[in-house]
Amino acid sequence: MPLLRRLFILALIAASLAQPAMAQDDPFAGLAGDSFDDIRHGIETLATSGAPQAAAVIAALQEGNLYAGPDAALFIKTDDGWLDARSGKPATEVAEDALNPVKMNNGVRRAAEAAMGSLELYSPDAATRRHAAEAVLKSRDPAALEGLTRALAKESDAGVRRIMEQARASALLATPATPEAERLAAVATLRARGDLDARAMLASLTAQPPAVAEAAATAVIAIDRMLQLWGLAQGVFYGLSLGSVLLLAAAGLAITFGVMGVINMAHGEMVMLGAYTTFVVQDVIKSHAPYLFEASLFIAVPLAFLVAGAVGIAVERCMLRFLYGRPLETLLATWGLSLAMQQTVRSIFGASNREVSTPQWMSGATQWGGITITYNRLVIIVFAAMVVAALMAALRYTALGLRMRAVTQNRRMAAAMGIRTPWVDALTFGLGSGVAGMAGVALSQIDNVSPNLGQGYIIDSFMVVVFGGVGNLWGTVVSALTLGTVNKFLEPLAGAVLGKITVLVLLILFIQRKPRGMFPIKGRAVES
Amino acid sequence: MSTDTLLYLDNVTVSFDGFRALNALSLFLQAGEMRAVIGPNGAGKTTMMDVITGKTRPDEGKVVFGRDTDLTRLDEPAIAALGIGRKFQKPTVFEPHTVWDNLLLALAGDRRPRFTLWARQSSEERDRIEAILRTIRLADHIKRPAGDLSHGQKQWLEIGMLLAQEPQLLLVDEPVAGMTDAETEQTAELLREINKTRSVVVVEHDMHFVRALGVKVTVLHEGSVLSEGSIDHVSNDPRVIEVYLGR
Amino acid sequence: MSRISTTLCLLLILGGAGLLAAGNATGAVPPYAVSLVGKYLCYAMLALAVDLVWGFAGILSLGHAAFFALGGYAMGMYLMRQIGTRGVYGNAVLPDFMVFLNWKELPWYWHGFDNPLFAILIALAVPGLLAFVFGWFAFRSRVSGVYLSIITQALTYALLLAFFRNDMGFGGNNGLTDFKDIFGFSLQSDGVRRGLLLASAGFLALQLVVARYVVTSRFGKVLIAVRDTESRTRFLGYRPERYKLFVFVLSAVMAGIGGALYVPQVGIINPSEFAPANSIEAVIWVAVGGRGTLVGAILGALLVNAGKTYFTGALPELWLFALGALFILVTLLLPKGILGLFARRAARPAPPVVEPAK
Repeated sequence: MPLLRRLFILALIAASLAQPAMAQDDPFAGLAGDSFDDIRHGIETLATSGAPQAAAVIAALQEGNLYAGPDAALFIKTDDGWLDARSGKPATEVAEDALNPVKMNNGVRRAAEAAMGSLELYSPDAATRRHAAEAVLKSRDPAALEGLTRALAKESDAGVRRIMEQARASALLATPATPEAERLAAVATLRARGDLDARAMLASLTAQPPAVAEAAATAVIAIDRMLQLWGLAQGVFYGLSLGSVLLLAAAGLAITFGVMGVINMAHGEMVMLGAYTTFVVQDVIKSHAPYLFEASLFIAVPLAFLVAGAVGIAVERCMLRFLYGRPLETLLATWGLSLAMQQTVRSIFGASNREVSTPQWMSGATQWGGITITYNRLVIIVFAAMVVAALMAALRYTALGLRMRAVTQNRRMAAAMGIRTPWVDALTFGLGSGVAGMAGVALSQIDNVSPNLGQGYIIDSFMVVVFGGVGNLWGTVVSALTLGTVNKFLEPLAGAVLGKITVLVLLILFIQRKPRGMFPIKGRAVES
Repeated sequence: MSTDTLLYLDNVTVSFDGFRALNALSLFLQAGEMRAVIGPNGAGKTTMMDVITGKTRPDEGKVVFGRDTDLTRLDEPAIAALGIGRKFQKPTVFEPHTVWDNLLLALAGDRRPRFTLWARQSSEERDRIEAILRTIRLADHIKRPAGDLSHGQKQWLEIGMLLAQEPQLLLVDEPVAGMTDAETEQTAELLREINKTRSVVVVEHDMHFVRALGVKVTVLHEGSVLSEGSIDHVSNDPRVIEVYLGR
Repeated sequence: MSRISTTLCLLLILGGAGLLAAGNATGAVPPYAVSLVGKYLCYAMLALAVDLVWGFAGILSLGHAAFFALGGYAMGMYLMRQIGTRGVYGNAVLPDFMVFLNWKELPWYWHGFDNPLFAILIALAVPGLLAFVFGWFAFRSRVSGVYLSIITQALTYALLLAFFRNDMGFGGNNGLTDFKDIFGFSLQSDGVRRGLLLASAGFLALQLVVARYVVTSRFGKVLIAVRDTESRTRFLGYRPERYKLFVFVLSAVMAGIGGALYVPQVGIINPSEFAPANSIEAVIWVAVGGRGTLVGAILGALLVNAGKTYFTGALPELWLFALGALFILVTLLLPKGILGLFARRAARPAPPVVEPAK
């Protein structure tokens, strides 16, 4: 019983700190009483007494381990023997036959729970104290005021202290005797908290002096404004997260379509290959090296890049190079390729979804002010940023990048300079496909890994690239994040499907107005 | 502005991504005039044609055609309908169509779908096409797809299509590029013939050809007019010599 | 050459359908074959529509199946209303799915569909109107090439998502089905099946004649000029957007007719007809037969769909491989399609083209 033990230790520590106990009025006596009423009162007395053993004793009561004997003797039964309830020290001479467990009914149980709530304010574990303070805050129980004040005096953790103060403020507001100045201070404290609970509390205040009521009303408005801002921030986070997914899916296309001008309808299938690579990597790790599981994604990312990249190079060499200058034919041929790739994967892995697991470090969430941040979304945002940064660096600083840019700007001139344009084409396409493969690793964490995985992204990816302006990687970034955010903000207004339709229709209209995207590359060269 | 000014470019500026293809270019053309426009690569010759024909909209300036029509407000088909025809640098004809059909499509007339959907070839149209075919010396090739013609024949076919449009003003971009000397000679003659009834602007690199035309020359450089006058005048202008021979 | 092949094609369509119908009447041809061929002929209309815009105006529409499906839905709505009280819930006015969704009355856009003439009118008007609005925006702003292809695909994708929604009032996921009658005759009767086959053949023949008239007229010559050298036609004073818009709308209407005849023969219409894959498949029919030949589109649609029926029956897992390979091989090895093979033999050797020394 770790909780019990913890409380026990706490009680010992608290005992050393506490002022000498005033013994004439034994706060424990009620617990040894005969009637349920006695016991209930006993709990309440004990809880507010500040006796160091109170928490341990009431917890023992809840567990059914508190025994009463003659002369109001109280003992706690543990696995290692008996403890004296009042001192918490091991008891040596215990007449077990004379002991009876302290009786419980619903009333007692409820009283014990309430008492524990305030007693947890003294827990050595900051999280427990925080939890307890939150509970008091929500209950707005004037009776907790005394306990809170005492707990505040001892609290060392600033975060917990703040919550306790807020809890105290709520209790103060609910106490009829509180003077107006303290009430105003309490309103200010709650206003500073600024969340839905605080708002509910302030909005539901009754029978307050006019100045306090006014302060509460302004505080509610201020909190509403604050909450709206947080809601906006949360929306932006969701939008960025969706935008990063779009960006990952479209980044490879920004190379193959944006830079090379190849309409690769099998782009989504390159993403799918990356997702299946992740599945295979995890499968092998699970059966051969389970200790590597947490690192599985780090292994999958380069592998997915290589697998999809190699397929991309093969496709370029065997098919695309015969179709340069015929974009519509390229579109059809790569569509055919996508069908064949889907069917291949279906034949090997089956048509159903394959399970890709999320490593521990990517699970869970954290609270950041008023927004909730899930780790997998956060990792995808960071990953997308890294992929794009690497891609830009590769285009700008590597020899291949230089050759790529040379070939796209002037193929004949580049060839005349001794650049092997066919190989540059193949490697460029391989690079774009490899990036798509890496995207697949990320998408395997948030989407179903099935042969149809890629299909869902192909139209979105093209829209992102076209919206951003073909051949402009920055444009792709801005466009992906914009579309993601717009989509997320439309969702609550129109529902997920209608939101997506709206975005599609808006995009269609946008492209019809500005066929070259948000950031077109101008000049004569574009015309030809 | 005098009443017989046909085309007037007023302070026209066009820039692409900061690069000024035309820089406050101003130019007059009299009705019935033939003008040669020369200039080194990137001087803005083709952009000037694009602006006049509505392909490119200038950032600043006006292009006035005839008495008071501002061309910068119109799109290509509207400008073509006003009577401005354009021949491209690279011969651009409708390759799958026969020579005859190319001219038929170029003939001045109703351009609307509701007309062309029901149109039947009239004897008047036939006569006009035959007349043009004689002018451009392609009467023996009427059934051939335009894509099968030689380069020079395509150039002439395109000029023939311009004539079929019956424009007031012809813009001709490098009409003799890739032509033999004999063909160049014939083309100069053809243009002079055309100039009897229409105004012409010729953009050309070939100085022999420009000399053969014997008309007023405008030299463009970095998007504005560097020099203007007879061929002898401009070829003796030190600024022109500097631009052409390097600094 | 093309006049001969067109005439031949017309004879084959009408004669073949006639023979099949006659064979069915005498019991030699099973009813399912009649509906199957009828279905192929509807696909051929879609292919013809695609060829008209792709082959002659250079508009590679990846969303043409949307027009087909819209025509189909209009006809489906009429057939739903024909069910009357014979539905599972026996509601005289509301189709079953609406009763199921607890709807109390017919949505306004379902009114009038008890009238077959109105339904047919809508089957033509809605695809035409959508094509007009879409094309008006797209062609005016000079969206062309792959951009246009991608937004046509996005268009059909958006419609796909929309029609999946139950509250759109088109039966959601399940679409419209369980049809009973058409024009008061049972859809299950052999006579109606034969009638629909003959109607499909008749409309296909009519569409071929219309399409052929359009592409051989002066309008068609302008259209081909627009396809190859759009800017040149502008400098000649033509407005390419108007030509494209006209032919796009015509093509959408043709596809809509195909869809309207398709639905009674297959007995169902659901949102999957809007799937982008369907539209692209239609494009490959055209590519197989020969782009820009009209007759080739019909040939391609019939051949590929016959192949699909065979494969999905005999070797279902191989069908996608076969279709994928077809896409790749046709574009790589047969850029002019099957008809291109014959045309090459018939054409005289082209004179050498003198390239400018530039």
